[in-house]
Amino acid sequence: MAKTLFLGDEAVAQAALDAGLSGVYAYPGTPSTEITEFIQNSKQGREGQVHSIWAGNEKTAMESAIGMSYAGKRAMVCMKHVGLNVAADPFMNSSITGANGGLVVVVADDPSMHSSQDEQDSRFFGKFALIPFYEPSNQQEAYDITYAAFEYSEKYHTPVLIRLTTRLSHSRAGVERKEARSQNPLHIEENPKQFILLPANARVHYRTLLGKQEAFENESLNSPFNKYIDGADKKMGIIASGIAYNYLMENFENHQCPYPVLKISQYPLPSKLIAKMVDECETVLVAEEGYPFIEEQVRGILNRTGNIIGRLSGALPRDGELNPNLIAKALGLPDTYGMPVPELVVPRPPALCVGCPHIDSYLAINEAMAEHGKGKVFADIGCYTLGALPPYNAIYTTVDMGASITMAKGAADAGLRPVLAVIGDSTFTHSGMTSLLDCVYENTPVTVMILDNSTTGMTGGQDSHALGVLGEICKGLGVKEEHIHRITPLKKDHEANVELIKKELAYEGVSVIIPTRECIQTLSRRMKKQQAAKKANS
Amino acid sequence: MKIDIILAGVGGQGILSIATIVGYAAVKRGMYMKQAEVHGMSQRGGDVQSHFRLSDHEIASDLIPMGKADMIISVEPMESLRYLPWLNPETGWLITNSQPFINIPNYPDVDKLNATLDGLKNKVVIDADKIASELGSARSANMVILGAASPYLQLPFEEIEAAVRENFARKGDDVVNTNIACLRAGREFAEKMK
Repeated sequence: MAKTLFLGDEAVAQAALDAGLSGVYAYPGTPSTEITEFIQNSKQGREGQVHSIWAGNEKTAMESAIGMSYAGKRAMVCMKHVGLNVAADPFMNSSITGANGGLVVVVADDPSMHSSQDEQDSRFFGKFALIPFYEPSNQQEAYDITYAAFEYSEKYHTPVLIRLTTRLSHSRAGVERKEARSQNPLHIEENPKQFILLPANARVHYRTLLGKQEAFENESLNSPFNKYIDGADKKMGIIASGIAYNYLMENFENHQCPYPVLKISQYPLPSKLIAKMVDECETVLVAEEGYPFIEEQVRGILNRTGNIIGRLSGALPRDGELNPNLIAKALGLPDTYGMPVPELVVPRPPALCVGCPHIDSYLAINEAMAEHGKGKVFADIGCYTLGALPPYNAIYTTVDMGASITMAKGAADAGLRPVLAVIGDSTFTHSGMTSLLDCVYENTPVTVMILDNSTTGMTGGQDSHALGVLGEICKGLGVKEEHIHRITPLKKDHEANVELIKKELAYEGVSVIIPTRECIQTLSRRMKKQQAAKKANS
Repeated sequence: MKIDIILAGVGGQGILSIATIVGYAAVKRGMYMKQAEVHGMSQRGGDVQSHFRLSDHEIASDLIPMGKADMIISVEPMESLRYLPWLNPETGWLITNSQPFINIPNYPDVDKLNATLDGLKNKVVIDADKIASELGSARSANMVILGAASPYLQLPFEEIEAAVRENFARKGDDVVNTNIACLRAGREFAEKMK
């Protein structure tokens, strides 16, 4: 079969479709967004009526997927690494319920934090949940592994995790596809106790899960995705997981490494293969993208032998992405370098787009807050986080989805006055509604500005659950109607907007101001489409 | 044969269309390809880059090792210099648009910038915006740059042309012809510089 060019994300999506997927559940988040978008735009997905509408957040996505698995069909959940924190409750418990229809959780980590607030390593979550997990090294493996993961999930009635990293998610290469399999029929879980996690049931299920661990390790030992490649020179052995395997091989002519190499793409770790390497090699270098997950397990916290090296020993940097040069240095190979960056080259940080509605919102916020001093604006995750940068310097916190409102609440509880929370429309429906409810419950003096650009902007303009209903939601949560305002963030309305913000800041209770204007990116795309349609009609 | 290219520019300038076209031509020849892109936050007017690798043999790494890139192709002059550590200092070529994209307050002095570019050994610096505008489509500056890079790509020019046609086919003959004209103008400029 001819190869198709796919991003790592797209390879996962195509494999899931070919494996008979019935539904993907996800909230957009870099670098995972393109998985769901691919399915949304796929003819195969439409023809198979594969569910692919965005979920409200990662937790609701995970729960919907568990429900689809319960009903016997194959379901996939996709998110970025920090999204798994949001989904952690259903994710951890899904290991106890197990799966009926194949249940695959795809998490894209972001080492080096290209678009994230931390670089947590989702392999820990796989180990934590005691489920099998994969770490593909290239696009073809991303495809093959996803296809295999559904089989695995159904064979052992367990959810399976696939861990991607940014470079694989967003890198394109040729992929060979397998034959498409049809979707599962509807088939409810037969054991009536399987999905009822009453303690009496859960204790039984947990022991069942513990009982599967040996089989999981055996699967890893015999997996086509884990390979022990012998080498003549036993001075060194290399354990390379996921994409680190490619960076390693890049350093050798025809990808022939003189040392034994253990390639890991399937977990739990195959301890027999690791023992073989540690026994026959003088030193073992562990090259892994993310945290020293394998290295720490292999050397142990006592580090008795001292011959296991990697990110913990300092042979590789403790943080950030790997690359071929870092591995070369760790192997004692000559490093390569082009020319230094000329001094006149300056950083070009991302910025709010020209014409962005958030600019007008921040100009109004800055003017209204000027008399109150610094440190009283709590923001959230989205394009508007760029309000932290010059020339705005308008916000003081960004922690996690929804935290703006509840952090403002905590600061108000501590006595800080006035406090302002800034959150986007999609982030608000993701995780801000319960925060606002907390404020309403205590009538906390906070002013919440929900910047409504009618889309999920930062990830490229996905539909927002909040579209057209923000005022109603706030009213429903109990915010008094006279303290809910929609304003238009435009230059001509600036004075009026500043006055309104000032008035609500002075109110000792919950107020919500919703600056409403469409994202300039989605607007210009929409206009282009309209023009093209007009042209086609004329 | 292998070609390792760093594509550079500012988020929103569309560096990826260059990769799409060259990738199409290369894959059609049966070559292997890997292309690491930047999505997400940086796309909002920040610096963006793509590691674009073509080879007759299977490619291991998605990232090009430092000092090993054969070319930097950039749609913005300052951005072209940001990736010099990746360029092969002996044999590498830098092909860049000369038109700065200024969206930061501390953008360097343009004369100094040009002097720095002048000091490089193997380079093509071309006013792609001007050439594209003269040919009737300011938005096709990308194709002028691709044309300027084409003599160093080791791919037959007809195959690059065919890939451009293929890429723009659904937008109609006018768009195809303008982009081909831009491609040819870029190539002509680079050939004269040789």
